[in-house]
Amino acid sequence: MNEALNRITELARRVGRNVTFMEVCGTHTMAVSRSGLRRLLPANVKLISGPGCPVCVTDTSYLDAAIELARRPGVIVTTFGDLVRVPGSESSLERERAAGAAVRVVYSPADALALARENPDKQVVFLGVGFETTAPTVAWTIKKAAQGGVPNFSVLCAHKTMPFAMEALLKDQEVKIDGFICPGHVSVITGAQLYRFIPERYGIPCVVCGFEAVDVMKCIAMLLAQIAEKRATVEIEYTRSVNETGNPAARHLIAEVFEESDAGWRGIGVIPRSGLAIRPEFARWDAGQSVTFRESKPHPGCRCGDVLRGVLTPPECKLFAKVCTPTNPLGPCMVSSEGACAAFYRYER
Amino acid sequence: MCLAVPAKIVELNGTNATISVEGTLREVDVSLVDEPRLGDYVLIHAGFAIQKWDESDYEEWKEIQESVPHE
Repeated sequence: MNEALNRITELARRVGRNVTFMEVCGTHTMAVSRSGLRRLLPANVKLISGPGCPVCVTDTSYLDAAIELARRPGVIVTTFGDLVRVPGSESSLERERAAGAAVRVVYSPADALALARENPDKQVVFLGVGFETTAPTVAWTIKKAAQGGVPNFSVLCAHKTMPFAMEALLKDQEVKIDGFICPGHVSVITGAQLYRFIPERYGIPCVVCGFEAVDVMKCIAMLLAQIAEKRATVEIEYTRSVNETGNPAARHLIAEVFEESDAGWRGIGVIPRSGLAIRPEFARWDAGQSVTFRESKPHPGCRCGDVLRGVLTPPECKLFAKVCTPTNPLGPCMVSSEGACAAFYRYER
Repeated sequence: MCLAVPAKIVELNGTNATISVEGTLREVDVSLVDEPRLGDYVLIHAGFAIQKWDESDYEEWKEIQESVPHE
């Protein structure tokens, strides 16, 4: 640890100017906060959080649609745990569950499919939220439902992909980003090649990073070294899991079941080509076909959108730790265990 | 949400495997990784193995885990 920190200090001195690195992934945000790393870094190295917490960037209109489904008789809504407490426009899945709706937390989308098989008289809907890491597991489940003829299973799909969101931040220019700490487990699927366009088109260094504090420190040193040496390329720190080309079987499965679509990101807006929609040939397993997405607004004072773009740090939001807390979250960044606000609340107050 | 943990395959039946995460057993699907074998280390996300790990990677990860204090 000390060795890595000494290297960061030496390289930061060589760089000789202020630099801002964005940790794109929510799991990195949590690792940075938990380790206290931010406080150990040289004064000219700043870390900001990005839009890589899937729950945090899920639009309010999606949650309202999930809530609408949960209220229907005979429907069981299944989801990863983080989504349950995220507030929609008027309610949350947690509140609906307390009022009698069938909302079940599952560990895997495959568990949701098993639940549908066990309950043929119920409609089981899985909330498909997540990035490239999670998308193949949901694609697998949809394909199995199609192959096995499970008509009472469907997915409400809000899967998103990273590259166009990262590019949107660079085009936005509201925040100057000098380097990306790239998401490790997204890259397991996509390969590090995913980010090549960033140094090529924008001259910004990228390093794919693992999730231990020592990984993040090595990654910061690698980004600083690129800047000090006036290089911009994609490098892999997380060599335990990531290679250039990723997991071809998983990528193939994503392409088979999903197609590229525009997607609404909470607080950011619609980013063209940044989403995955279920292909028409699997429409029967698309819960989005039976529900209306209405325009909806998050809490008026919530600044999660600015936090997700790295414009604002959580303590700069007026609601943070006053009226918005983990027990009474007003925005998704405080709900999700990977949200920047939850991480700051727990470790950096 | 993109959390993933390394685990060892301790039982294998086609594309279904029992994995051990530090002694805790779980059923997962291994159809997304190439030629999974008994004793392989794999990275698990949401009930699926998404990548193989070399044993040396696992040892490195263990070493990192043991070197930092946990809550």
